[in-house]
Amino acid sequence: MVESENAESSIKPATSVTVLLAIVLALAIGSTVGLGAYTFTYAHGASYFSNDPAACANCHVMRDHLDAWVKSSHRSVATCNDCHTPPGFVSKYFTKADHGFFHSLAFTTGAFHEPIQIKERSLRVVEAACRRCHQDVVHQIDTGTTSPLAMSCTRCHVDVGHMN
Amino acid sequence: MTQFRDRLLNFYRARPITIFVALGLLAATGALLGTLLLVSIFEHKQEARNPFFRVVELTDQTDDPAIWGKNFPLQYDDYRRTIDQVRTRYGGSEAMERTPTQADPRSVVAQSRIEEDPRLKIMWAGYAFAKDFREERGHAYMLDDQTYTERQKVAQQPGTCLHCHASIVVPYEKAGNGDLVKGFEKFNQMPFAEARKLVTHPVACIDCHEPTTMQLRISRPGFIEGMRALKASQGIKDYDVNRDATRQEMRSFVCGQCHVEYYFKGPEKRLVYPWANGLKVEQILAYYDTEQFKDWTHADTGAPVLKAQHPEFEMWNQGIHARSGVSCADCHMPYKREGATKISDHHVRSPLLNINRSCQTCHKWSESELLARAESIQERTLHMRNLAMDALVELIGDLKAARTANPPPPELDRAQMLQRKAQFYLDFVEAENSYGFHAPEEALRILGESIDFARQGQLAIRPATGQPVPQASSLEDQCTVTR
Repeated sequence: MVESENAESSIKPATSVTVLLAIVLALAIGSTVGLGAYTFTYAHGASYFSNDPAACANCHVMRDHLDAWVKSSHRSVATCNDCHTPPGFVSKYFTKADHGFFHSLAFTTGAFHEPIQIKERSLRVVEAACRRCHQDVVHQIDTGTTSPLAMSCTRCHVDVGHMN
Repeated sequence: MTQFRDRLLNFYRARPITIFVALGLLAATGALLGTLLLVSIFEHKQEARNPFFRVVELTDQTDDPAIWGKNFPLQYDDYRRTIDQVRTRYGGSEAMERTPTQADPRSVVAQSRIEEDPRLKIMWAGYAFAKDFREERGHAYMLDDQTYTERQKVAQQPGTCLHCHASIVVPYEKAGNGDLVKGFEKFNQMPFAEARKLVTHPVACIDCHEPTTMQLRISRPGFIEGMRALKASQGIKDYDVNRDATRQEMRSFVCGQCHVEYYFKGPEKRLVYPWANGLKVEQILAYYDTEQFKDWTHADTGAPVLKAQHPEFEMWNQGIHARSGVSCADCHMPYKREGATKISDHHVRSPLLNINRSCQTCHKWSESELLARAESIQERTLHMRNLAMDALVELIGDLKAARTANPPPPELDRAQMLQRKAQFYLDFVEAENSYGFHAPEEALRILGESIDFARQGQLAIRPATGQPVPQASSLEDQCTVTR
C-alpha cells in the first residue's frame, strides 16, 4: 500500500513536451478512427453484413458473377450467401470474415490467379449447399464415394449458379 | 494484473516520450494504410465507372493506332506487344538476327520454314514460296514481312496483298473517293510497289472497330463477298455480314477477314474467298476445279497445282470450339482485368502462351494438363503431316520420272490431278496455323485423304507388274461394314 502510494505520487508532473505529445497522439488516433469510419462507409462496409448479392459486386471483381447469377436458374431460390456460406451464425460470419479479408487483400494488391479459382474449403461449402437442398436427388446418386468432392455437383452443373 | 500495471507505470515513468511516440507511430501507420485503402477503393470505383476517357475525336479518317491509343491506352499497350516473338512447342516464331541491307532493312526475321523442312521446296517447285517462306510473326510485322520477302523479287506481286497486309480502310476509301469497294478494285490492279506507297500501318484499330461506337465492323470486301457467297450456298439470300452477324459471330468474323484461304481471280487480280460451295477443303477444291484455277504449274511434274494459305477460319469452323460458340477472340484475345475494368487482350497471340485466361475460363484443369492436351493434338497432326509430306514428295518423284518415260504412262494426267489434290489437302493443314488444334479430327481426315491421293497417284503411273491391281470399288462392295 505504501509502495503503491509512493509509485503514484512519484509520477512526474506533466511537462510541456509530454502534453504536446499526448495531443499529437490523440490527434493521430482520432484521425485513424475517423479515416477508418469514412473508408468503411465509402466502401459500403455495412452491406457486407447483409444478404444482398449486390454487396458481393462492391469490389468489382464479382460483377460478372453477379450478372451471370441474375440470369441463372438459381436466382430466385438462392443468393450468394445461400451457397457460399455455411448455415449457422458463427460459421456463416466466420466464413464471411475469412472471405472478406482475403478477397480484399487479393483485390487491393492484385495478387490473385486469373481466372479466379475457388479454394477447396469454399468448394466444400458450396458442395454442402447443393446437397442440403437437393438431398433427395443426391441421396440416390451418391452411393459409395468416400470424399464429398469425389463427385462434385458443380463439376458438371457448372452454370447453375453463375457461369464461371 | 497489478504487476503488469506497475511495470507499465515504471516504464512510463522512465520513458514517457517513447510511449507517446510509439503509440503515435502506430496510429500514423493505421492512418497511412487506411488512406491507401481509401485511395485504392476510390480508384477502382472510378475505373468501374469510366471504361475509357475520350480525349481525342476518332473518325473514319483516323488510321494511326497511336491516336486511338490516346482514348484506349490499355488496349493500345497490348496491341503494341504483338512485336513479341515467342515459340510454342510446335508453332510460334523465333527471332533470328540478320544483317540489314539497302533492299531489306529488317534486322530480325523469323526462322525459315523451307530450310527447316526442304520437302516444302519440292512441293512448291516453280513457285515463289520455294524461294522464301518464313514462320509468320505477330501482327506488328505483317506489312514489313510482306514488303521485304524474297517472293517479291522472283514474282510480280499485285496490290491485292495489301487487303490483309496493311491497315487498308482509309487507303481504300481514299483510292475509291469514299467507296471502299472501288478502292479495293483499284488497289488489286496496281503493282505491289505502287500500292505499298499508299499504306502506312500494319493492321490497326480501324480495321476491326467502328470509330465512334467501337463496335466490331467488317471492313474487308473479300470477306463481305465471301460470306455472301457462302450464305447463298446455304440458301440465305443477300447476306450482309455487318447487318446480319451476331456480336459473338463478329468476334470471329473480324479475324476471318484475313485468316482464310483465298485466290486472285482473273486479270483484275480480284481477291476472292473460294467459299461458294462451303468452307471444307473438298468444297473449296471443287470450287477451284470448276473455275479451272491453278496457282502455278509445278516445275517438276507439270501439274496444275494450288497453294493453300492460312485457312484458320475455315478449319476452326470444322472444330468443336466453333460448334460450341467459342470465338477466335475468346482464346486469342481473352478478357483480362485491369484494376476494376475488364478488357479484351489486344496482344493477339497463341493461347498456349496465356493458358489461364484463354483455356481455364471454361476448362477447369491445371495449366500443365491443358498444355499437354493441346500438344498431344499438335504432335499427332505433325506426325501425320510428315507422312503426307513424304507421300507427296514420292509422288512428285514418280511423276518426274514418268514424264520422261517413252511412251509416258497413259494415266499421267490423272496422276497430275491426284498431285493437285494431295498437295492442296496437305497444304490446307500445313499452312493452317494451329497444327490441327482448330479442328483435330478434320485435320487428320484431310491428311489421311492427302496420303491416299498421293499413293493413288503413284499407283496410277507405276509400271505394269503383270499382277492385276484390285479395284477399291469392288472390294468396297464386299465390305459388310456400312457407314
